[in-house]
Amino acid sequence: MATVLHGVGAATALSASKSIDSRKFQLPSRRSLSERKGSFLVVRSDGRMVQSSKALRAEKLITNAVATKADSSAASTASKPGHELLLFEALREGLEEEMDRDPHVCVMGEDVGHYGGSYKVTRGLADKYGDLRVLDTPIAENSFTGMGIGAAMTGLRPIVEGMNMGFLLLAFNQISNNCGMLHYTSGGQFKIPIVIRGPGGVGRQLGAEHSQRLESYFQSIPGIQMVACSTPYNAKGLMKAAIRSENPVILFEHVLLYNLKERIPDEEYICSLEEAEMVRPGEHVTILTYSRMRYHVMQAAKTLVNKGYDPEVIDIRSLKPFDLYTIGNSVKKTHRVLIVEECMRTGGIGASLTAAINENFHDYLDAPVICLSSQDVPTPYAGTLEEWTVVQPAQIVTAVEKLCQ
Amino acid sequence: MSFTSTTKFVQPLPLNTTSARSNDHKPFLDPFKPTSFFGSTNKLRFTSLAKSHQANLHRRSAVVAVSEVVKEKKPKSSTNLLITKDEGLVLYEDMILGRAFEDMCAQMYYRGKMFGFVHLYNGQEAVSTGFIKLLKKEDSVVSTYRDHVHALSKGVPARAVMSELFGKTTGCCRGQGGSMHMFSKEHNVLGGFAFIGEGIPVATGAAFTSKYRREVLQEADCDHVTVAFFGDGTCNNGQFFECLNMAALWKLPIVFVVENNLWAIGMSHLRATSDPEIWKKGPAFGMPGVHVDGMDVLKVRDVAKEAIGRARRGEGPTLVECETYRFRGHSLADPDELRDPAEKARYAARDPVTALKKYMIENNLSSEAELKAIEKKIDEVVEEAVEFADESPHPGRSQLLENVFADPKGFGIGPDGRYRCEDPKFTEGTAHV
Repeated sequence: MATVLHGVGAATALSASKSIDSRKFQLPSRRSLSERKGSFLVVRSDGRMVQSSKALRAEKLITNAVATKADSSAASTASKPGHELLLFEALREGLEEEMDRDPHVCVMGEDVGHYGGSYKVTRGLADKYGDLRVLDTPIAENSFTGMGIGAAMTGLRPIVEGMNMGFLLLAFNQISNNCGMLHYTSGGQFKIPIVIRGPGGVGRQLGAEHSQRLESYFQSIPGIQMVACSTPYNAKGLMKAAIRSENPVILFEHVLLYNLKERIPDEEYICSLEEAEMVRPGEHVTILTYSRMRYHVMQAAKTLVNKGYDPEVIDIRSLKPFDLYTIGNSVKKTHRVLIVEECMRTGGIGASLTAAINENFHDYLDAPVICLSSQDVPTPYAGTLEEWTVVQPAQIVTAVEKLCQ
Repeated sequence: MSFTSTTKFVQPLPLNTTSARSNDHKPFLDPFKPTSFFGSTNKLRFTSLAKSHQANLHRRSAVVAVSEVVKEKKPKSSTNLLITKDEGLVLYEDMILGRAFEDMCAQMYYRGKMFGFVHLYNGQEAVSTGFIKLLKKEDSVVSTYRDHVHALSKGVPARAVMSELFGKTTGCCRGQGGSMHMFSKEHNVLGGFAFIGEGIPVATGAAFTSKYRREVLQEADCDHVTVAFFGDGTCNNGQFFECLNMAALWKLPIVFVVENNLWAIGMSHLRATSDPEIWKKGPAFGMPGVHVDGMDVLKVRDVAKEAIGRARRGEGPTLVECETYRFRGHSLADPDELRDPAEKARYAARDPVTALKKYMIENNLSSEAELKAIEKKIDEVVEEAVEFADESPHPGRSQLLENVFADPKGFGIGPDGRYRCEDPKFTEGTAHV
């Protein structure tokens, strides 16, 4: 964890050499066709918006959010535009901006109010907005999630926090039947603009129940969008986008990423819920990842670069639906795909992604897609066992070497 | 607590109060008082509870009335009539509509016009009519899988409900919901929830919105009430208890209406529930619990008026248990072999529609001819609904992908770089998404 933190701070510092465009900017939520096809409009993890050709892109994005030890010595953040904050603070900032903007936005969940949230994402909001807008609920996941849905149907825009994402298994019926299906079964009459979010993923020896990879469970629910944040920049941007979306959105946060530090713009921005993020352009192999595994991949990428490989790393960010345009363009360029995820191997995001790539881009593949997922075991408590459960950088290096033989 | 008695009210424990007035109210909570309420099996009840009874005495003794309005009911007019003529005719028409509509549903089901699980409301009309006819359009109703009649009472046109059952585009949910998923945004029917208990949190959320609009958004005139209907089987489900707690905790404007028809498919209420008097669970959560004869629309209406009024005044939720009975099986697919014919006959004799008719005529509120005219009118409405549904088109392929997402960008970006919903095939419903 410490390694990851240092690394990201350093990477941001390294890459933030250009001054930010001072115009207030906002990512268009839907790009015109010409923009998508012509050139990339890239918002970097450090907040710079770059409209660039492919060549430029490669040069500029290469150090974005790389997590390696070596970079940490270069960290220097003084006198730069924007402001530096931790991921959980970025989430809170996004939440606060949206609550300021729209009085219908409210938060409900266990200990979100007076306590400030188990990971402090809602700290201070109850003082500012009052107990009704930041509602501490009893420990009754299925019911308070359903309450959020009822509130959303009748005009509010609730953000429901699962104190730990795993607890939302107790709310599975509401998330599936009502969150996901009710807009359809009502013939489109009722909208459910709800955001369901919370900390998930494999932490540090939290035991099986608190270390779940729930995206596999939720992905087949129709009518739900799922995004996973991985940097303070995209955490804030995705939070704001999710709140503004008319669709129910599940926002996955990772327990080990809450203390990531990054400089983000002072200006308001939002991210697209449907787009993947190019982390490191490359030529030899496409590595698709999301959430915490992004940092394992970037560690591996450093080793791979030293070994002479040029991997392209994409944070897919949108777990449902997949951004098949960004993914497809990469596949067409590299012809090799490695998926690295923390999700379960059976029926996980990687399995779905593999299927989508095989269906859509089979002709462009020079080798079968390799998918590195965590093991199909309940996450063990013991540190060694836990480490072997999730994918480690060395495995990623080996897999790329195998793919590129 | 005989079946013919009127309503019972139990008040919650007042906060910060220890009262010596308890004795007058103690009988309301006495679980040992025999009852003839629960069908044919009441002999099963109350064995060896003596110990817990003793243990709970001191607790029970703290019970006092919170709402004197509830307790001290007085006749409303000098004539002692519970309704005016116009009110009576509205109630009668609504109950006849519910009955005739459901009978027609059975016919249409057996004729192969509708499919799936169809749960009919026959016998329980007094509950829907008694409550919903007191609501404003802005008030919300949350129902179960037995939802046709709740929707009708709330004002959804019969043709829209029938057409939905036929799976046609003109249905109230465009044919996408079906029997167990009736919705109407216009009439604030929030569903149609097919799983047990899942509607109660949604109803609680709608009530939360009312409170939020009043207190956060400063809409002082927002006094909207939500009524949640559910059955006796649901009252053993966690969502019921969780929401009673939250609604009472935050004083939400909601009425929890239990349609206790004594049977959860084939599970007798008495075989499923440790203490079958559901209304008692209200006071346990700090809200009034009321027991009412659910076969008598006037009694139901009386209780509903008070409960809805409490909610509207911001005084919090009420739990109302309506003792009722379904005249048909659980659904049209249920062979209904378990219920004792004697039990069925006993309740059939208390048909709520007949009872209202009798009351109206005996009290000179209406003539036989007037009521006949209503029946005829409703027959025509239902006939017309069937014709309308029959003639309406089936959903076209183009409808398939609509309404999955409120914002169709949720289908994402395709390999060509465009949002999939921009694909011409998307609007034709032939896209692979």
